[in-house]
Amino acid sequence: MKIAVCIKRVPDTTAKVRIAADGKTVDPAGVEWVIGPYEEIALEAALKLKEAGKAEKVTVLCLGPKEATKELRTALAMGADDAVLLVDGGGERDAAAVAGALAAEAKGLGADLLLFGWKAIDTDQASVPHLAAAILERPCVSFVTKLEAGDGRLLCHREVEGGTEALEVPLPCVLTAQKGLAEPRYASLKGIMAAKKKPLVEKPAPAAAAAVRTERLSLPPERPPGRILGQGVDAVPELVRLLRDEAKLL
Amino acid sequence: MNVDDFPWMEEHHRMIREAVRGFAAGEVAPRAVALDASCEFPLDLFGKMAELGFLGIPIPEELGGAGMDTLAYVIAVEELARVDGSLALGLAAHTSLGTYPIYAFGTEEQRRRWVPRLASGKGIAAFALTEPDAGSDAQGTRTTAVQDGDGWLVNGTKFYCTNGTHASTIVFTAVTGTAPGGKKEISAFVVEKGTPGLKYGAKEVKLGMRSSDTRVLHFEDMRLPAGNLLGGPESRGAGFKKFMLTLDGGRISVGAISVGLAQGALDRAVPYSRQREAFGQAIGDLGGISARLADMAVDVHAARLMVYDAALRKDRGLPFAKQASMAKLFASEAGMRATDSAIQVLGGYGFTREYEVERMYRDAKLCEIGEGTSEIQRLVIARSLSKEFGS
Repeated sequence: MKIAVCIKRVPDTTAKVRIAADGKTVDPAGVEWVIGPYEEIALEAALKLKEAGKAEKVTVLCLGPKEATKELRTALAMGADDAVLLVDGGGERDAAAVAGALAAEAKGLGADLLLFGWKAIDTDQASVPHLAAAILERPCVSFVTKLEAGDGRLLCHREVEGGTEALEVPLPCVLTAQKGLAEPRYASLKGIMAAKKKPLVEKPAPAAAAAVRTERLSLPPERPPGRILGQGVDAVPELVRLLRDEAKLL
Repeated sequence: MNVDDFPWMEEHHRMIREAVRGFAAGEVAPRAVALDASCEFPLDLFGKMAELGFLGIPIPEELGGAGMDTLAYVIAVEELARVDGSLALGLAAHTSLGTYPIYAFGTEEQRRRWVPRLASGKGIAAFALTEPDAGSDAQGTRTTAVQDGDGWLVNGTKFYCTNGTHASTIVFTAVTGTAPGGKKEISAFVVEKGTPGLKYGAKEVKLGMRSSDTRVLHFEDMRLPAGNLLGGPESRGAGFKKFMLTLDGGRISVGAISVGLAQGALDRAVPYSRQREAFGQAIGDLGGISARLADMAVDVHAARLMVYDAALRKDRGLPFAKQASMAKLFASEAGMRATDSAIQVLGGYGFTREYEVERMYRDAKLCEIGEGTSEIQRLVIARSLSKEFGS
């Protein structure tokens, strides 16, 4: 089985996001970029399959700016075999366009299993994997929390309201990783040195296209300041009333 | 907070920073306050660092290391110190003091015997030079090694051995005779844990670096085979010189610890100064605080440049003793200034344990003392100047 793991370069979860002057994009100044946390989980799951002898090759695939070679090298240091970066030449690209570019590349790579994180934590759309599956006309299972490889098939668990669903899916297919599927490893120093010698191919991404366009980004409203209702037991009735009637928490 | 990378850095330098930072944030930072309070040596964290290859960064791959350069090692020490000075000190003592002299000065047989175990982290290394009356002044050494049949009989006491009881090998110096001219002849030896006659004193209770294991060592009629004389018979009498060369490298590590502590202080002071308001504005916009923050940032940057420069010189085979001393001196004093400022910026919070800057301040003080005090560094630098100017 050949696996392609799609990763996205996203702002670090602790980064303080500012909106750029165009009002539509994130200001990159001072932002530290990382592999999306769900994509890291997907990569770990792929590496585990390879280590268990169930997959012969793990390729990481990314559509992003030239700087995303950093994230791809990290993925190689974690243990992926090779990497492909589709260099984004700029312009707005909606989820369908991203999915189209990744699907075409994954097909070219001959990947039997195409793994994604269930969502990219920057745009929060959670639509690229399903669009890619549709374009490739392959079955898709999302929010996978456990994965076992059988003969030409995969057994997937996913969390559903109040329980777990067990699904069997034939290869080739598309899966999206949810928290719990795997605990991403740290890149070891041997891995970092080995990553230097692993192939990382850069090629231009197809021209950008967007049917869905970003109108504007806005930051969430500032939280109102806290209120002090009083002190001691006397304040409790008012606190309970507000928690019930205003915050609707009770 | 992002650390500025330098445009001349190689990709693996950025990657090792990211790798160590991830490990430090996930595994070390959540425990730093508790480890300082309990003074417990985190053996499990050494195990995890070993798995990731952190214990042999500048040692070649064929000897079990990661085969990286000194700069990569320095970056790793710095990133650990940013969240826990004690752990960074343990790693530094293991690598540049405990393992490096065996790698650099050992015979081929000694290298093969000890280095792979240490570089792969199956064992932890330590170094013992200081005695009750001797440190940077070699002639004060009282520990003796007397030839005894095929081997050596060692007696004496060493102070402040970092990694103490956890070390599987300890490199130390002893007087082996009188050199021509009447001075003490000093040689270096390796002793393995469990050797009869090697005894440990109680764990030192310290101002800072509290989870690092610091011990007094007693050598009581300790017998060592001839093969434990570091560098073999022809290296007899060269022990102190070797130790001084080791310390040159060790000073770069102490500089790196200082840079990490200073950066850690800045990491905490800046966000606090943006959140805390006084007189209707963030305190970071008030003159007194903003000037302190600016000075801290300059100190961190200058110290980092000096430490990296010394590391690069070492990597390129250039003389680096003076630069290592200067980097260690400047960085350790910058570390004290920056951690002191961070406490001041955080005010009352800074004085309490949970906000961590008081720990960094206590940890930073060690860096002005260990591997040659600031006074010794000034002496080394001044001596070097007097040589350069030919007088």
